[in-house]
Amino acid sequence: MSEAKVSIKNLYKIFGRKPADMVAHVENGVSKADLLENYGHILGLNNVSIDIAPRAIQVVMGLSGSGKSTLIRHINRLIEPTAGQVVVDGDDVLQMDEAQLRDFRRKKASMVFQKFALLPHRSVIDNVAYGLKIQGVDAGQYTKTAQHWIERVGLSGFENNFPAQLSGGMQQRVGLARALATDSELLLMDEAFSALDPLIRSDMQDILLALQDELHKTIIFITHDLDEALKIGDNITILRDGAVVQNGRPQDIVMSPADDYVTDFIKDINKARVLQVSSVMGKEQGIKGPSLEANTLLEDAMQSVIDSKANGAVVTKNGKKVGTASLAAMVKAIARAEKTGDTETYR
Amino acid sequence: MSFLTEIPTMGRTDLRDFKKGIDDSFREFTFNYGEVIENFFEPLLQFMIWFERLLLAAPWPIILIVIAGLSWLGSRSWKLTVGAVAAFLVIGYLDMWEDTMATVAIISVATLLCIGVGIPLGVLMARSNRAQTIITPVLDVMQTIPSFVYLIPVVMLLGIGKVPGLLAVCIYAIPPIVRLTNLGIRLVDRDVMEAAEAFGADYRQKLFGVQIPLALPNIFAGVNQTIMMALAMVVIASMIGVKGLGVPVLRAISNQYLALGLLNGLAIVALAIIFDRVSQQYGKRLQRHREGGHNV
Repeated sequence: MSEAKVSIKNLYKIFGRKPADMVAHVENGVSKADLLENYGHILGLNNVSIDIAPRAIQVVMGLSGSGKSTLIRHINRLIEPTAGQVVVDGDDVLQMDEAQLRDFRRKKASMVFQKFALLPHRSVIDNVAYGLKIQGVDAGQYTKTAQHWIERVGLSGFENNFPAQLSGGMQQRVGLARALATDSELLLMDEAFSALDPLIRSDMQDILLALQDELHKTIIFITHDLDEALKIGDNITILRDGAVVQNGRPQDIVMSPADDYVTDFIKDINKARVLQVSSVMGKEQGIKGPSLEANTLLEDAMQSVIDSKANGAVVTKNGKKVGTASLAAMVKAIARAEKTGDTETYR
Repeated sequence: MSFLTEIPTMGRTDLRDFKKGIDDSFREFTFNYGEVIENFFEPLLQFMIWFERLLLAAPWPIILIVIAGLSWLGSRSWKLTVGAVAAFLVIGYLDMWEDTMATVAIISVATLLCIGVGIPLGVLMARSNRAQTIITPVLDVMQTIPSFVYLIPVVMLLGIGKVPGLLAVCIYAIPPIVRLTNLGIRLVDRDVMEAAEAFGADYRQKLFGVQIPLALPNIFAGVNQTIMMALAMVVIASMIGVKGLGVPVLRAISNQYLALGLLNGLAIVALAIIFDRVSQQYGKRLQRHREGGHNV
């Protein structure tokens, strides 16, 4: 992995009257429940360390109360941490003074919110231009830029509408355009699509992926929806009670969940649509079948193996053979959690 | 058993000395600082005199045009505009024009003063919980204390005239605008504030770009209430020498002139209704963006 764009190091957040005194207790292994019960403090984040690669989509996932929204607000310091570091491009965000922090928020990190958080008294174009106006960009320039992004998210013709006149999906497109208009390298998305209907949500995910293909921003995306995480994430971090449970590529998480909590998450997903043949590849001899690229999804791989009445596939990378994958291994990989050997603890 | 039937009191002499002490020290304060305070309010007095003369000197058709223009700008309603002009014509026909102009003058100046002082106070209250805890009880006192009670020190300090009258009106009329500015800013959606914060807005940008615009409907409700309460003080203000519609009302009370009291009282009502409707309509127009629905 190349140099991290954002590096979160040993981050703690504890809510309560004397959070600083509680860090030691948490370091000594006091759990979230015990901290609340015995000390009256709420554990928000517990020793979180994540390195986030540049120009990729990092998903942070967890159930409500797992600390994911708290975590993302530390990156632009909407929430002050109790202890730890957040380093973006080599600068510790937590050491910045007020003016530096404002500059960082204006130019380096923009945000998309779960409830859209548009300015209700401003038109669509003024909302999209908001970040640029704050920076003091002149009117001609920000109108042009805002117009460009309104077109990119497919809202041409709605420039002069007020947010209340738009549907939820359209409002979030405004939110996305507003975040993109400042041209910051870092895009923080806090459950950005969670408030939308499933079909609209899927549309928005496609829009985001299409934009990302071109823009290559570093995106930190918070969600509680595993399907969404697997669809858009290049890397996924799973949080529970404020602590990192597992961090890895979607493949790795589906293939080897770290514990029951993660297993519980992945039990109902369609693994065939996530896993690639490379994840079940071995050196097994005697397999004859179609040649498939390593990143072929199991769903497609199984189809072509069955179509050619073979017992597996030859896995290639850039046309060169790198291994084999038997049909049996493919079937085993997508079977439900309780049938596989490595997660036997899960009931 | 007299302890149970009679509540313990301070004792006549002590109580008299206590009250006398307060009176004397205030009198001394008046003696020492009265002139300084009067000088402080001098520009305000000059402005009020100038404004009243302006209203009285201007030919009545011009005043009517200005009233019609303001009503139209505020409400965008022909009915209200025509109604306002008609009301002023009737007032003039019944020979109450000069008193009405004097009242309009003091109400306008009082309202402007209340807005100028009240909105910043409300902003301060919204910004700091401590300011809120200190200012709220003061506002409570200002709203509930009988007006005559604070007329005494105001008159002792500044004598009789326009400025003490203006102060009396403002003491009574300023609380709503302070309260509603504070409330309006505190009610601004936290998510929107967080978004402004996340995009790097500084304090001024948040206040003038987000908080005040979103609080405007509430602030306007406050302005409206302030105007209404200022009008309610017209008669009491006339007791300490403010010219206007209150003077004939006061004369009517002491001499039992029914018609005089009724006509001038109704003129005050007419002013109140015009001010109220126009400012309410204006406040409503500020909220147009709240109208939902897809007009696509």
